Amino acid sequence: MIWQIDLAILTLVVITAGGALMVKDLLGAAILFGAYSFMMCALWSIMGAVDVAFTEASVGAGVSAVFFVAAVFRTTRRTKD
Amino acid sequence: MNDLVATIIAKYNYWIYITLMMAGLYAMIAKNNLVKKIVGMNIFQTAIILFYVSIGVKKGATIPILEHAHGHGHDAHQAVHATDYINPLPHVLMLTAIVVGVATLGVALALAIRIYNTYHTLEEDEILAQIREE
Amino acid sequence: MKIIGFIISIATGSLLIYAAADFPAWSDPASPASTYLSPHFIEKTIEETSVPNIVTAVLADYRGFDTMFETTVIFSAGVVCYLLLRTSRRKEPETRYYRHILTGVTIELKEGYKIPPSTDFERIDSLWTPPDLIIRTVCRLLIPFIQLFALYVIAHGHHSPGGGFQGGVILGASIILFAISFDLRAAISRMSEKLVAVLCAVGVLIYACTGGLCLLFGRNFLDYGALAELLGVDAVTARSHGILIVEIGVGIAVMATMIWVYNNVSSAGKYEQGL
Repeated sequence: MIWQIDLAILTLVVITAGGALMVKDLLGAAILFGAYSFMMCALWSIMGAVDVAFTEASVGAGVSAVFFVAAVFRTTRRTKD
Repeated sequence: MNDLVATIIAKYNYWIYITLMMAGLYAMIAKNNLVKKIVGMNIFQTAIILFYVSIGVKKGATIPILEHAHGHGHDAHQAVHATDYINPLPHVLMLTAIVVGVATLGVALALAIRIYNTYHTLEEDEILAQIREE
Repeated sequence: MKIIGFIISIATGSLLIYAAADFPAWSDPASPASTYLSPHFIEKTIEETSVPNIVTAVLADYRGFDTMFETTVIFSAGVVCYLLLRTSRRKEPETRYYRHILTGVTIELKEGYKIPPSTDFERIDSLWTPPDLIIRTVCRLLIPFIQLFALYVIAHGHHSPGGGFQGGVILGASIILFAISFDLRAAISRMSEKLVAVLCAVGVLIYACTGGLCLLFGRNFLDYGALAELLGVDAVTARSHGILIVEIGVGIAVMATMIWVYNNVSSAGKYEQGL
């Protein structure tokens, strides 16, 4: 496993996770969560866990992000923290 | 001292996984907004799944799907060496964990929508203030 | 609360870092996780079940019992979302509005008069959104291919990454795409609430009944070798077929749960307007 790619994707994972928790717009948090999920899927593909990566790509970056956007649409989009 | 530094650099993966887990845990406890808490819960779950899957990695081994296994009869098996394939057991457990995670996400979002319908806000301190006034 | 949260995370984090120093080195072939039970699974899967994908074989055959309860958990999550959010249907209003599709003229009919269903007029109300030609055409072309791919993923789970969960989620995502691109009401008229709920239960039932069928033939619960006389093949291929039947059950349950939860969450229980 090439450690340069590993370190680069891990950095992206930490950045998107921090971003999803700190933005003040809930729709942006939902989309950043979808990006975080997709970076996790790439990380697991590199580690060789292909089944887990497939599931995370379809469930996390697909259906989970849609659920978040649907819930934000039904409640409110702004937040103070 | 050099020994310690070498150990720290060799295991850099584990430190990053622990950082992700603690970020999710901090978000679940300290954030005011309910949707941010739910996002923190999901980050925590996926970080734990990442940690488990990383235990199964083996140097110089390939994905856990057997090669040359298609179309052979029962008595024509080549010997399969366990060191050629990575450990499949963490993958099995984490598949269940991911799907249970999305089920929990659905229930958490349904609860958040109900709370919004009753209190018209998603911030925790405003909800607690409205409860105390009643 | 923020300070308490900060102290708790720092304390837990340092405890975990202290424990992680004892871990085996990264990707070591001789670590305890890789030498205890997994060599048996890697070496014996093809002889005992003739399924090359080790993860699917372990998930649906060797550890089939907790996959069954995981499917039950997904089903109960769908039921909980329905029970939390679903509110009663509103009454029919007295005044109805119809729109002539070709010219765009809107007609208002009072006191309960209606136009019988025809292709020239469509019913609109305050929640109607104008149709977007590009999105509707593209999604209408894409959805059959997405569903075909999902069925391929379920059926080919023995030889490639995939299986019941992944295929079920992709099937559910195709129906959610239809609900987003057209209208929630159009999607519900094609796959009604009752059908989705019944499908969810049928998926879990298929899994449990396969196990029960193995009981009836005298072997253990979920021991697929007992299906050999029923299917007419030898015991090893019967295990492979048993895994396929169980994965189909899981796929149906997961698809129905995704659609059910989306319907409830995106319309907040009222089933009138989606995303």
